[in-house]
Amino acid sequence: MALRSTKYDRQLRIWGEHGQSALERAHICVLNCGPTGSEALKNLVLGGIGSFTVVDASKVCASDLGNNYFVDWDSLGQSKAKTVSAFLHELNDAVDAKFVEESPEALLESNPAFFSQFTLVIATQMQENSLLKLDEICRQLNVMLIIARSYGLAGLLRISVEEHDVIESKPDNKVEDLRLHNPWPELQRYVDEFDIDTTDNVIHKHIPFAVLLIKITQDWKRAHNGKLPANVRELKVNFLTITARRRVEEDEDNYTEALKSAYVVLFPPEISTELHAILEDKLTEVNASSPDFWVMVAALKQYIAKEGQGEPPLDGAIPDMHSFTDYYIKLQKIYQARAEADVTAMVGHVSCILKQIGRDSSSIPRTTIKHFCKNTRHLRVLRCKTLRDEFSSKAGPELQRLLANEESSHPALYVLLRAVDHFAATYNRYPGAFDGELEEDVSRLKAIAVSILNDMGGGGVALPEDLISEVCRFGAGEIHTVASIVGGIASQEAIKLLTRQFTPVQGTFVYNAMSATSLVLNL
Amino acid sequence: MYYCRMQDVGKAKADVAAARVMQRVKGVTVTPHFCKIEEKDISFFKDFQIIVLGLDSLEARSYINSVVCGFVEYEEDGSPDLSTIKPLVDGGTEGFKGHARVIIPGITPCFHCSLWLFPPQITFPLCTLAETPRSPAHCIEFAHLIQWGQDRTGETFDADNPEHMKWIYDQALKRGEQFNISGITYSLTQGVVKNIVPAIASTNAIIAATCVLETLKIATMCSTGMDIYMQYTGTEGIYLRTVPHDKDPNCIICSPGVPLEVDKSITLQKFIDTLFKDRRFKLKLSKPSVSYHGNNLYMQAPPVLEEMTRPNLQEPLVRLMGGEKSDVLNINDRRLTGVLRVRVTFKDDAETIDMDTVGTH
Repeated sequence: MALRSTKYDRQLRIWGEHGQSALERAHICVLNCGPTGSEALKNLVLGGIGSFTVVDASKVCASDLGNNYFVDWDSLGQSKAKTVSAFLHELNDAVDAKFVEESPEALLESNPAFFSQFTLVIATQMQENSLLKLDEICRQLNVMLIIARSYGLAGLLRISVEEHDVIESKPDNKVEDLRLHNPWPELQRYVDEFDIDTTDNVIHKHIPFAVLLIKITQDWKRAHNGKLPANVRELKVNFLTITARRRVEEDEDNYTEALKSAYVVLFPPEISTELHAILEDKLTEVNASSPDFWVMVAALKQYIAKEGQGEPPLDGAIPDMHSFTDYYIKLQKIYQARAEADVTAMVGHVSCILKQIGRDSSSIPRTTIKHFCKNTRHLRVLRCKTLRDEFSSKAGPELQRLLANEESSHPALYVLLRAVDHFAATYNRYPGAFDGELEEDVSRLKAIAVSILNDMGGGGVALPEDLISEVCRFGAGEIHTVASIVGGIASQEAIKLLTRQFTPVQGTFVYNAMSATSLVLNL
Repeated sequence: MYYCRMQDVGKAKADVAAARVMQRVKGVTVTPHFCKIEEKDISFFKDFQIIVLGLDSLEARSYINSVVCGFVEYEEDGSPDLSTIKPLVDGGTEGFKGHARVIIPGITPCFHCSLWLFPPQITFPLCTLAETPRSPAHCIEFAHLIQWGQDRTGETFDADNPEHMKWIYDQALKRGEQFNISGITYSLTQGVVKNIVPAIASTNAIIAATCVLETLKIATMCSTGMDIYMQYTGTEGIYLRTVPHDKDPNCIICSPGVPLEVDKSITLQKFIDTLFKDRRFKLKLSKPSVSYHGNNLYMQAPPVLEEMTRPNLQEPLVRLMGGEKSDVLNINDRRLTGVLRVRVTFKDDAETIDMDTVGTH
């Protein structure tokens, strides 16, 4: 175990022991082990997943040596699945490596139940028809699916899951929940112990900024009929000058911090649109088969209506504040005690609900509920359309609108990367496969792309000619660097799904390697 | 790292990576250099057409940036001589986020033009550590920065020595108990002391591949390059976007001539004094030598040259520059990695007075 914490130190700092354990429980299937599949898997093997199975029927040939790092000269003519699997296993022997020498398409037909053993399937370089089948199978078996495609200097990526709930979304910009505008009695009592007009300069500059802001806000309210400053301007002009006036010396860091955080009084964190949608979700009407997540959301709803008086539970974390150690620790304890009390209230709601739906009232442990309470403001629920819904989507008008914006090449790339599969189905080869027919292929691909747009109800918009030519020029090449980027992103999304941390991408991710930019389409 | 295996632990990464790549790709030569980049003679870098960075610090990036910017020679009109340009490709990651960028010295912003893109490092005031610690990190930094020096005088702290790290952890723990601060762990101690940036294989792969792709674009012209600077964010969904920004005309590293106005009567000695007073240059200079279009106006060393050029110090600069109204001087100094180019413009005494009069209205 000492080895585990050393070997995975840098990543444990991101997803923690519990995230690592989730990875170690994961069984991952990669369909096709060209560079996109191999590169995706490489990152997951290094991350320490439990096991993987590579499915590929092809043999290593000379062209693989030019774009796949996980084959070599000695493996020419041998099974690609076997070769790649052996190379990847060498990177981390704690990972269980398996391979199946069969084409994914054949396996879909012959043995759909094969996929039930996996936590997650990563399908690379597969065409529309097979993907449709795969998506149906994975949905039925409740197996998560990631679809990744590298095509010349472009790529597509899509997650397909019925529903994915995230408690630990770890957003970049967390707003601190300090309740400065509305302190609860224990906090108020603590604030009242301070005299911010004290003549003792040492004490004066060690009063935590939270205390300063609560005091100053209350002084303001008293002078303004209980009202807060009406807007940012008033806040800046008046409210901040009070803070500045109370300050005795320039080097009072606590006052500097108070000035910086004063906006929090006016703009405390609100219930985000995401959380609002989750609270209104029909799954909050729970029954015996509801997952724990939705039981806790149902309890949260009751908490907000009752004890919370419109606010979710306090997470209890406070930022560092310039102050004496004991002032700060006492403040920290007051916040933690409130957070703990909120957890107790939530535990009450959860056990009530569990009893109502006929489950053991203590079947969700307090630690789980506490973890949930710490993250309620940032809960995420991801739901993906089925591929069939996407492919038969009538989102043409939306595409038309996006295509009209000439700045962005991504909507056109999306249509063209779908068109190449239709092209292949018709001509039994990809556009640009023969130099001699490049010009004909450009007009053929254009016609197919236009008909896809028409089917979606978005006819009449021109696709950029140079982009159509460029996609033909790609000749379906799976370039190693592009595959490494698309595969890298696929593994990143896999980690997010498996650890249930961070927010996976919702929609179809379109990557343009020419400009190094991306766009997510929701069609 | 995927080119490393358990049996490679303890070997030089450069040697392992070079051997691995050569074994896999026939016909390619990879020469490993197991040393700090600063140890190489600057001329070492002249042998390459493109330089790709896999560096982990601001300092190392700044260094190599100064080197390649120093290679650029400018034409009379201030445009760079294309044959002297060595593109830099740089990337970095932190957790689920990363960036990659292409620097074409003399044409696009150099590393120094956009230092602001890097967030300032977090440091704690010493008085907080010593008197009012409030967080686990405060206790750890106290043990690391203050207690070690007091209790283990004469011993150099080595972050890679497990006994040293354990000592810091134990002291931090004691201090935490004393101040009622909990949450101090060995892992956190390592993180704070070594300033460990959390890293994961997938982000590294995405950024490394992006750097290679841009390098291939420069080498083969197979496609358009990225617009200067790419940001990758994988925490909430996936975003790849480019954020262009401008060259800083006052950049002392890559500007074809940092503008400087001086009196027409100024001597070379007074000019050198002016450089020392200018806040843009003063910290970068110790003993500057000045040259003009390849002619040494004043050389600090060797002694023979110093003696030969010393009389110039009392000459009016405008005469040394052949009477030009405005032109570029090259400043060399041992504190500079590359060359500092200063565009000197002489202001007419009469004009200066006019300007002042205008200003007072």
